[in-house]
Amino acid sequence: MGAPRTYRTEGIVLRRDNLGEADKILTLVTPDHGKVRALAKAIRRPKSKLSGHLDLFCRSQLLIAKGQALDIVAGAAMIDGYKHVRDDLWLTSCAIYLVELIDRFSEENLENRALYRLLVEALEALDGGRNSELLLRYVELHALELAGFRPQLRRCLVCGREIEPETNRFGPNGVTCAACPIDSTSRPISVAALKVLRFLQANTLPAAMRLNADPRVLGEVEGQLRRAIRTILERELKSSEFLGLVRRQTAEGKIAAPTPT
Amino acid sequence: MQHQTIAATVEPVARLIDEFHKLPGIGPKSAQRLAYYLLRMPESQARALADAIIEVKEKIVYCSICFNITDVDPCRICAAEDRDPTRVCVVEEPLDVLAIEKTREFRGRYHVLHGAVSPLEGIRPEDLRIDELVARVRAGGIDEVILATNPNQVGDATAYYIQRVLQPLGVRLTRLARGLPMGGDLEYADEVTLSRAFANRQALS
Repeated sequence: MGAPRTYRTEGIVLRRDNLGEADKILTLVTPDHGKVRALAKAIRRPKSKLSGHLDLFCRSQLLIAKGQALDIVAGAAMIDGYKHVRDDLWLTSCAIYLVELIDRFSEENLENRALYRLLVEALEALDGGRNSELLLRYVELHALELAGFRPQLRRCLVCGREIEPETNRFGPNGVTCAACPIDSTSRPISVAALKVLRFLQANTLPAAMRLNADPRVLGEVEGQLRRAIRTILERELKSSEFLGLVRRQTAEGKIAAPTPT
Repeated sequence: MQHQTIAATVEPVARLIDEFHKLPGIGPKSAQRLAYYLLRMPESQARALADAIIEVKEKIVYCSICFNITDVDPCRICAAEDRDPTRVCVVEEPLDVLAIEKTREFRGRYHVLHGAVSPLEGIRPEDLRIDELVARVRAGGIDEVILATNPNQVGDATAYYIQRVLQPLGVRLTRLARGLPMGGDLEYADEVTLSRAFANRQALS
């Protein structure tokens, strides 16, 4: 008896790349196989039985056949399509950003249940209309942690002393106190922004979503986390530009408030 | 290894293989097969292919109104007097125009975006012909804009983006109906498709 040729798992679609006439290569994140790249055959044809179940950020039950170079999706049944997210441009932009973030922080064929769980919870919260900006910050911070880059927020990275409530500095690995020498990768962080980061780090997602933070403070937190992610990944997330564009246009009123369809 | 393969192939053939390899969906083996097929082809046939490629590059331009590919500007659809200029159907690619034309259902004009907003691939709204669409609507004479982008996340994001930039102009915006495909099977339909099919159900008269 050789190893089984198919396996069952659930997964969320992180990327879809065209291949040949009608196929796509999917990048999926799964709880027990980490990131998986698999071929979805004939998925671009209108009659494809798989296509509706394997759109970007769909969560589906999967049957995957092991192939020589690439695994092949043999079956898929949607668990959640996050319909409200799909019907709204801002929420869609957030979901695209989330799947890119998780794609960058997950490893191929390496189990990471917590990271998968984080994405599922985040997409559900987004679909339920929770505070999307706060949600993005929560996922950024926890994705860093689950990939092994948990920022130190209580004690100074250099001297180890407890952080005082004053303007300190924040870098990709955490906080340094005002008394320690300045590291070029860190920037000043306000007391309020550090408090938000600590609160997000210490709480579960539903508890963290109860925070009523000042948008300006959240803006600062966003900048800090974005810089940390950029330093660790050594690149900017592609979708962050589009996210910024939709946010700006919404604020300027060029794009009307989301309308339910 | 690569070096040996190249050395074993005559230079003009290697160049042809290289050029085929650049085409979408053509791997190194297919490229070789095509190149060797061309070698055995009668010269007249090979020349006809070469001429067709050059002609398409020299004569085909984008229509200045709808941005579809055409050999005359404006294109035949934009120039046709029997087509309704007040209705514009927005599609992602020129091939989508062909697909819609085959149905003979639509007698309006088109607007080809040449892609869809896809942040993960770095395709931004300004990389598409969206500004040109806004200008076209702003110029007046259009009553309805039909969004016929692909029924997937990328197509949806594009449609919603266009919806929000066109809404302030007061033009009527519609979207192609979503639902079950002809010849499909209800049991295989996903929940998003099925719930949209329910939302857009029609009365039997």
